[in-house]
Amino acid sequence: MLAEDLKKLIEQGLPGAHVEVRDFTGGGDHFEALVVSQDFEGKTLVERHQAVYGALGDAMRAQVHALTLKTLTPAQYQQRR
Amino acid sequence: MAQDVTERIQSAVSNNKVMIFMKGTASFPQCGFSAATVQVFEQLGVPFETADVLSDPELRDGIKRFTNWPTIPQVFVGGKFIGGCDIVREMYESGDLKTLVDSVMK
Repeated sequence: MLAEDLKKLIEQGLPGAHVEVRDFTGGGDHFEALVVSQDFEGKTLVERHQAVYGALGDAMRAQVHALTLKTLTPAQYQQRR
Repeated sequence: MAQDVTERIQSAVSNNKVMIFMKGTASFPQCGFSAATVQVFEQLGVPFETADVLSDPELRDGIKRFTNWPTIPQVFVGGKFIGGCDIVREMYESGDLKTLVDSVMK
């Protein structure tokens, strides 16, 4: 699986989200993703991660061994820059 | 069978203030993410219990269904699911984890 494909899946599941994905071993199964979405507003970290896992669906179970996730609202993202 | 594993998870989570479902054991973690999670709780210096999903396939599937969460490790504090390795690390860095753990240890 390519980082680009993973990014597309997340963007499809969370329309309007800003998504950055990095394949940190180059092996196509260990990824790091930053997801910034308005939908995360008022949600717990568990709910935010579940939303991303939901967008990935079966790919998460079958192809992705590890995904390090950072989930931010647009306001939180601005603060970090 | 499915009922059994759910009950086992429920009782582990209710009987331990900090319960970690992980790959391997606290002394011999079998995955970097599980190791990092254990390390956080060791640094906090609080007692915790672990269950090894690698030696128990039924538990490995069961815990994922229980929380609707696809990855291991999974951490429960005070009977509540708080997330996996990333969330634990993030909460540790912000100090929220210490606050939460302190509140359930009372």
